[in-house]
Amino acid sequence: MIPINLIFIFGLVLFSIGLIAFFVKRDLITMFMAVELMLNAANLIFIGFAQAFASLEGQIIVFFVITVAAAEAAIGLAIVMLIFRQKKTVKTEDLNLMKG
Amino acid sequence: MGLILFILFGSIAIIFSLGLIFFKNQIYNALCLIVTLSALGGIFALLNAPFIAVVQIIIYAGAIMVLFVFVIMTINLKKGLPPERKKWPARLAIIIGIILFLELLLAILRVGGLFPPSASPAGTPANLGELLFSTFIYPFEITSVLIVAALVGAIVLGKKRNQE
Repeated sequence: MIPINLIFIFGLVLFSIGLIAFFVKRDLITMFMAVELMLNAANLIFIGFAQAFASLEGQIIVFFVITVAAAEAAIGLAIVMLIFRQKKTVKTEDLNLMKG
Repeated sequence: MGLILFILFGSIAIIFSLGLIFFKNQIYNALCLIVTLSALGGIFALLNAPFIAVVQIIIYAGAIMVLFVFVIMTINLKKGLPPERKKWPARLAIIIGIILFLELLLAILRVGGLFPPSASPAGTPANLGELLFSTFIYPFEITSVLIVAALVGAIVLGKKRNQE
């Protein structure tokens, strides 16, 4: 039997790595990948909770999260392509259109 | 046995997800992420969720990452990415990430002890499908609408504007 705390710790480590990668990286595609990694860490913790509560609802939520992530990846990559077509770059430093 | 496999898959996932931070090449990042997602699929299979494990391998490590690799190859930055100009946001991000990790760790260690390890019902396609089409029928239908909206949106965004 896998202890529940171990699942949580693995999920947290993956989430933190995803968060750090999101802020450290400067190109849009890798940032999207970091978001996918964070979603997966959340999925792992959902599955852990599903096992802790001995119910299947957590796995259903993971199913929905995967579906939404697929839609998000399709839209996000279309936006990245659009930005690249107009600006010829995918670096966030060069995308200061709003002068933020 | 299960614990050993869990630690093995978890180590693979964590080591290869670190490649997401350390590699500069986007293709290497994508390959590291594919290995991480596959290892997570193995972990899901260990945690009594065979259907989610298969979906993870097929949709995440298969479809979504193929999409990523495809876009990377289409964009094809020849000279590669120039080095980062500013260093302090990266350091700040690492510090904030570690602080967040410790904070969540404290919170979860206090909660996690409350649950005795119990065997959940296996997430087979039959069990999940029964639940999906009875209790979660409305979210399921709304998901299909979302997929159609995303499909249309991606096509409209990706279409080339014709010059008038």
